[in-house]
Amino acid sequence: MTEVLDAESSPRMSKTRSAPRATAETMAAKQRDISVSEFFVKNRHLLGFDNPRKALLTTVKEAVDNSLDACEEAEILPDVTVVIEDLQPDRPASAKSSRYRITVVDNGPGIVRKQVEHIFGRLLYGSKFHRLKMSRGQQGIGISAAGMYGLITTGKPMVIHTKPKPGQPAHHIELAMNTKTNRAEVTVDKETRFFPPERFRDLTPGTRELAASNQFLSPTAYTTGTSVSIELEGRYQKGRGSVDEFLELTAIANPHARITFVPPSKESAAEEEDVPLLKRGAKAVEPAAAETTSPPPPPEPAITTETSGVTVYPRGVNELPPETKEIQPHPRGVELGMLLQMLKEAETEKPGYTLYNFLQDKFSRISASTASTFCDKIKVSSRAKVADIDHAKAELLYKEMQEAKLPPPPTDCLAPIGVRQLLAGLLKGVRAEFYAASSREPDVYRGRPFLIEAAIAFGGQLATEDTCRVIRFANRVPLLFQQSACSSFKAVAETNWRNYDLQQPRGAVPVGPLVIMIHMASVWVPFTSESKEAIADYDEIRKEMKLALMECGRKLGTYLRKRLKMRRESERRDVFERYIGEIAKSINAITGTDARKVYNALLEQARAKTAVADLVLDDEGKRIKEEDPADQDGVIIVESGAGLRSVDKSGAAGPPVAALSKAEAAQLTVASLAKGGDDDQPRLIDTETPRRLSQKGKAAPAKSAKETRSAPDKPAKLPDKAAKPSEKPAARTVAAPPPPASKAAEPKPKPKMRLINGKLVPVDDGPKLF
Amino acid sequence: MSKKPVRTASSKKDRDAVTMKRVVGLADTVARTTLSGREPVIHVPTRALSNTVWDKKHGILRMGEARQERELFNLNQAKVFMQTLLHSESIKSLIEADKTLSLRAMFYKGLHTIAGTKEKTFADQDESDAILEDLEVTLGSLREELHIFAKKAGTMVGNITIIDTGDEIDCRRMGSGGYAIPSIVEPDIIQFKKCDARFVLHVEKNTVWSRFNEDKFWQKHNCILTEGGGQPPRGVRRLLARLNRELGLPIYCLLDCDPWGHYIFSVIKQGSMSLAFESERLAIPEAKFIGLRAMDYDRCQLTDDVQIALNDNDTKRAKQIADYPWFKGHRGWQKEIDRLLSNGFKMEVESLITKDISYVTETYVPERLKAKDWLD
Repeated sequence: MTEVLDAESSPRMSKTRSAPRATAETMAAKQRDISVSEFFVKNRHLLGFDNPRKALLTTVKEAVDNSLDACEEAEILPDVTVVIEDLQPDRPASAKSSRYRITVVDNGPGIVRKQVEHIFGRLLYGSKFHRLKMSRGQQGIGISAAGMYGLITTGKPMVIHTKPKPGQPAHHIELAMNTKTNRAEVTVDKETRFFPPERFRDLTPGTRELAASNQFLSPTAYTTGTSVSIELEGRYQKGRGSVDEFLELTAIANPHARITFVPPSKESAAEEEDVPLLKRGAKAVEPAAAETTSPPPPPEPAITTETSGVTVYPRGVNELPPETKEIQPHPRGVELGMLLQMLKEAETEKPGYTLYNFLQDKFSRISASTASTFCDKIKVSSRAKVADIDHAKAELLYKEMQEAKLPPPPTDCLAPIGVRQLLAGLLKGVRAEFYAASSREPDVYRGRPFLIEAAIAFGGQLATEDTCRVIRFANRVPLLFQQSACSSFKAVAETNWRNYDLQQPRGAVPVGPLVIMIHMASVWVPFTSESKEAIADYDEIRKEMKLALMECGRKLGTYLRKRLKMRRESERRDVFERYIGEIAKSINAITGTDARKVYNALLEQARAKTAVADLVLDDEGKRIKEEDPADQDGVIIVESGAGLRSVDKSGAAGPPVAALSKAEAAQLTVASLAKGGDDDQPRLIDTETPRRLSQKGKAAPAKSAKETRSAPDKPAKLPDKAAKPSEKPAARTVAAPPPPASKAAEPKPKPKMRLINGKLVPVDDGPKLF
Repeated sequence: MSKKPVRTASSKKDRDAVTMKRVVGLADTVARTTLSGREPVIHVPTRALSNTVWDKKHGILRMGEARQERELFNLNQAKVFMQTLLHSESIKSLIEADKTLSLRAMFYKGLHTIAGTKEKTFADQDESDAILEDLEVTLGSLREELHIFAKKAGTMVGNITIIDTGDEIDCRRMGSGGYAIPSIVEPDIIQFKKCDARFVLHVEKNTVWSRFNEDKFWQKHNCILTEGGGQPPRGVRRLLARLNRELGLPIYCLLDCDPWGHYIFSVIKQGSMSLAFESERLAIPEAKFIGLRAMDYDRCQLTDDVQIALNDNDTKRAKQIADYPWFKGHRGWQKEIDRLLSNGFKMEVESLITKDISYVTETYVPERLKAKDWLD
């Protein structure tokens, strides 16, 4: 068959080639191979190097992606440091761009010496392209393209330090890429004792401060690792699509990673002022930063901190994402050309390969019996050799594959971030009052398994007026550009958020204090372009996204309705409580009955009354079982204090409202969640050895959330900034109701607040009656 | 708490003791209900037309049995609940101090800012007044028994000598101003010492009353002349009722020919809806309406100038009044109101001035009285 095909096609080809043109020879002289590198030099926008600002970001992104991938594969909890040095600090203030040196240091496994040139010096060289495995990088273009961009714009080679073996010196290699040959040229190759490069520790006041407490590139913390420095022409500017935003989002999607960012001393001349959304949240917790600079070694805070310009995104969870398996392609995801190619390769790989074995080995979900069914269907013997399958047979086989009823591809190749980790990530980066997350079961598009996760953060310090913010991730990598072209964005707009009591203009994303996060995990994320900026719009994917969003939306809706109820209840209660003091006093004046007794009795009734009244509240006026939104799985509620107060079911005397700072409230809620099941609680980093998560994103040895919930007195660690390190291992047992927990966590007296006309007004000690 | 005032106690001291007992009882019920874990409720008899009963036999309006529950744990009632207790407390202290306060002063007595808030206990005097009226019916005690009085509104002159809190007052020697009828006219405040008058003429307004006083009508016809400033306050009504009952004097009313005048007569005669519980004490079933009549326009040959056109509201009101049970079966009143409506205009008593300055005192009223031409 192959011969027939060649025989048919060759004459036609030669006919075209030998079209009678006098210039054929001259043309032929000019015709030559185009190296991939050359192609991308001319088309650098395809890889995300369209402009200086994006080039800077893309370089950081590719290096960070590689670092995280490498760490995870080696089962190391990633600790990634990004340093951007401004090499022209004296440039005129109006300069739109500058020369920067970007260095990304990781604690990954390092790179074997002989691989260095290939990995950093060649485009389209990598381990990730040919396999179906979930990873950040896919094509093997990224870091070498960045190096190439640097070389083109500055002429400076890439500097790589890598330490693949503990206790041995690190390699110091400098590479320049030859775009013509797609090969790297090593300019410097020596060994160094210093890894990570020590000069960074003395770079800025912030790094000195952190280094003094062994929190910044400490040599002892890096038994292995890699550091890549690329000099390039770029533009550093904060805002949307900035390095800062990328790292913040990366921290959200990778709560298991610790990321440190040393930004350049100044921004490039601004074209427009654009404050990144999440930054505002980070600002609000700045007071905490002061504490992190206290004498070493301070406990690591669970929230993002900034020390003299250096931002540290701490580790939120201590489990690595589950290890993902490489899978064989699913028959339904294979195209005819690919099938032909696979058949050809199989023949060379193992002469005499039978189709029967080939089908079972090279595809997922083809069992022995399915394989023989396929053989029967295309009318070949099960002992038929791969070599005997001609084009016609292959096409028949392809058709059968598309029509056959096969189980979907295995899904153990996917590593969801996990509900708990999503919440931990969001809690770390977004200051809101309500967090919900959902993780869908895997599904399949074009024969490739994928999995959608969504999370939302609502209220708190998020802006009320703006349209909601959609943050998108693919295999844990934030997608910063081409939002509207992305399937996830469409899914958000297509979801009817009005069902969940949110405002939503027709055909647009909802408006309100809302951050929506969508993550797609897949062995092959269908990007719309090589620069990996938007997810292609497959129906299957969009449908799953919508389902995940709806799941979160329902939780939010329940919460919002509950919040409304609570607000109403608190208003009602407030009306009653306002008058009962007067009543108690009058009764005392008339009858001499003890006013305090009457007051307490009335207060208790007021509480009971409002609680009961809300129980009956329902859309249909039916009495339903009270559903506490905090009881739902995958929800964290940070009580904001304003307009919301906890229902004090114990009915204790006195106004129960306590003013909590956001951070206190957050800790409180986390603590209260911990009593039910510490599954949902973002934990502090400690010295525990990394654990792998099981496939579903839950800690492998832990019981399911529901089960742990029934064990109420499980010790949980509180993110207590004030605690001394020696106290840290001593886990705090949190008693049942949140209010006592607040007292335990925060012993200093807080001003009591009363809700009056929707405003919190401090009161000294309840109504001054007695 | 009994619904109707029990007026067995005669002396003021006894009555104060009874009122005190009721006030304490009210608060005590609230306290005990609360301490036993139940929600406190105050039962307030309903003050509305729906809760008035027309006692045909006695010719007065009585209060029905309907009672409203005033709950603390009801958003709309929480505040009035508190205000009720605040005023109860004030009343208790008034009785203890044996002092009386005006309605306005009561508003100030209960007024203060609620602890821990910026809200005042009473927004205005209307709120306070309504609570006091509720308390009267709730406790079954009269306003004066609660040691509260209203501002004076009403004037009296005539052939009578009374004693007002120990001072002897000769109502024949009251000059042009007349004796101001106090808000509380109970026998322990006012006693009738000597009375020569044969009847009482009650006029609607002070202006008309001045005309009669200047013409010494009460001397010529040997009567008492009173005025109530529009709808007569309780003091005036109570005094008229006492004059009628204790001294057997007939009460004749000279009121405007409009629905408002008819309504005033209805209140004097049968009692008002809001104070139906006091009708027994205040209503004068024997009161007579001598004018102005709708037919007087023709009878007295008045000119077009005195006509005041009925507006929609007047027409509506007139029909309502015609529908009152005590007017409904009364042919005279039905004809009177029909005439008013067919006239299409109303007339004030002052319109008779167009005939002559003293036409009303010298001709109109004497003629009516002589002819016994009135509506009852």
